[in-house]
Amino acid sequence: MSANSSTTNQNGKMVAPQGFNLFVYKTKKYLGQLDPYLTLMGIGLWLFAYWVLCEGLQIWRFDKLPGPVAISKDWFAVDPFQGISIFTQEYYDHIIVSCRRILIAFGIATAFGVPLGLFMGWSRTIRDYIFPIIEVLRPIPILAWVPLSILLLPGFEGPVLFLATLASFFVTTLNAMLGVDSIDEEYFRAAGCLGSSRWDVFKNVVVPGALPFIFTGLQISIGVAWFSLVAAEMVSGDLGLGYLIVDAYMNNVTVPMVIAMITLGFIGYFSSALVRMLGNKLMAWHVKELSQQGR
Amino acid sequence: MTKEKNRNSGLGALSIKNVTKVYDPEGVNVMAVDNCSMEIAGSEVCMIVGPSGCGKTTLLNAIAGFHSVTEGSIHLDGELLCGPSKPLADQGADRMVVFQHGALFPWKTLQENVAYGPIVQKVLGSREAMDKAGTMLAEAGLGDFLTKYPGEVSSGMARRAEIVRALINDPKVLLLDEPYRAMDALTKQIMHESLLETYDRTGVTIFFITHDLEEAIFLGDKVHIVTTRPCQLKKTVEVKIPRPRSYETQSSEAFRKLLEEVSDAVHEEAVKAFQAGEREMA
Repeated sequence: MSANSSTTNQNGKMVAPQGFNLFVYKTKKYLGQLDPYLTLMGIGLWLFAYWVLCEGLQIWRFDKLPGPVAISKDWFAVDPFQGISIFTQEYYDHIIVSCRRILIAFGIATAFGVPLGLFMGWSRTIRDYIFPIIEVLRPIPILAWVPLSILLLPGFEGPVLFLATLASFFVTTLNAMLGVDSIDEEYFRAAGCLGSSRWDVFKNVVVPGALPFIFTGLQISIGVAWFSLVAAEMVSGDLGLGYLIVDAYMNNVTVPMVIAMITLGFIGYFSSALVRMLGNKLMAWHVKELSQQGR
Repeated sequence: MTKEKNRNSGLGALSIKNVTKVYDPEGVNVMAVDNCSMEIAGSEVCMIVGPSGCGKTTLLNAIAGFHSVTEGSIHLDGELLCGPSKPLADQGADRMVVFQHGALFPWKTLQENVAYGPIVQKVLGSREAMDKAGTMLAEAGLGDFLTKYPGEVSSGMARRAEIVRALINDPKVLLLDEPYRAMDALTKQIMHESLLETYDRTGVTIFFITHDLEEAIFLGDKVHIVTTRPCQLKKTVEVKIPRPRSYETQSSEAFRKLLEEVSDAVHEEAVKAFQAGEREMA
């Protein structure tokens, strides 16, 4: 491989690197910039400040919190002092239960929210029927739904799933609708000129045109789903990361509490990244358009 | 002159009779078009020139079926498009619009865009439509860009592909609303030549809205100058420069004379429009 990773073909003409070569080229370019080092330094500084507050100087009130050293000692211990580490089955049980709930809640919210939002954007009549109700229900905080959901649904699982679904459903629906609103009128006119039926317009203009907004909505929606899931698990739960946090707090073991929080952070990050990747895959045209604009 | 060989020759005669359009968005009637009449023969290149915001686009929208007319009627080859009994024309593939800002679907490749019309009209199967689209794009010099998205090609190429997307449906009339407005002079020249070449080949009737007087004379058979709002026909200038035309035409004496004639007529209206504080149409 040549130094700048671009290769030459038989005619000696430069060709753009592809596949693995392109990856190597991009990685080298990235490492040549300041950004990754600043990120690393930021993380280091943050951890150091955390350590100073909790363990180094043991400032008042902070001395009750477990510091980075205490947490990592337990987190990676085969036989953790406070019960939770990467070697205990319990840790993974909580993670799996929460992830499964998110998958179900996010799945239901997407399966119903996206079509509903699209139809609301597409048809004035449907919007007139449904939109006012949604706009009134949407601002009600998810925690305010807790008593009602416990009254309405049996067991632990029902209310928890209901709450997580509800929150992300509103976000998804609204974004899908705004996505349709965002489509330039000229695309509808062009489709009409070209002889489209109403259904052709829905398939070929409404759905693809709204996709960028839908995926922005889905990224927010999966975050909101995690947020409301954990709140629900804290109130009414038997397992899951939210339950773990409250349970640890009640039993006065602070390390699992913080481990569960950090775990939530990482899983939340990866789940949004996953949604973003899926979106980019489905919207090659959008990604290419943005890259042409230098973004 | 190759007009005799045109496959569309003679078709696509537009007859606009006493068309009036009144908007009342805020309770106040705004008259966009007032009693405007125009006869456009089949296979004619008809250029509409007038000041900004004068209602030219309203006229185009009425022909295309995007807006209704308040009074008057429009016929295409003797058939009623819109009139007192039916204020809004049906949208149809016999009148294809090329939009001011370009309206290729950004989520479809150039080839998919072009193939779209025949597919939804069920004129061709999707494979045949894609094949035909590929062939037509290649003829327009876009053979290397079939699988590109509109966001990946230059605006000139996108506009050319949009015209191909219109032509694949064998329209009688091509309605163009300042399609080359945002282009630099050099690209514009290339676009003009390619449009003229397309016209010479197909003989499609062209209804072309523009501000650019040189463009109007270079492309048109007739230049219709319209007044500031409400839009009325002020003057028609016939362009008797023989086809096929090339860019050298623009330095001829005849061209310069016509330009002077059109300029005089337009300038008066432009001043009126400016004094009335017409907002430029975006």
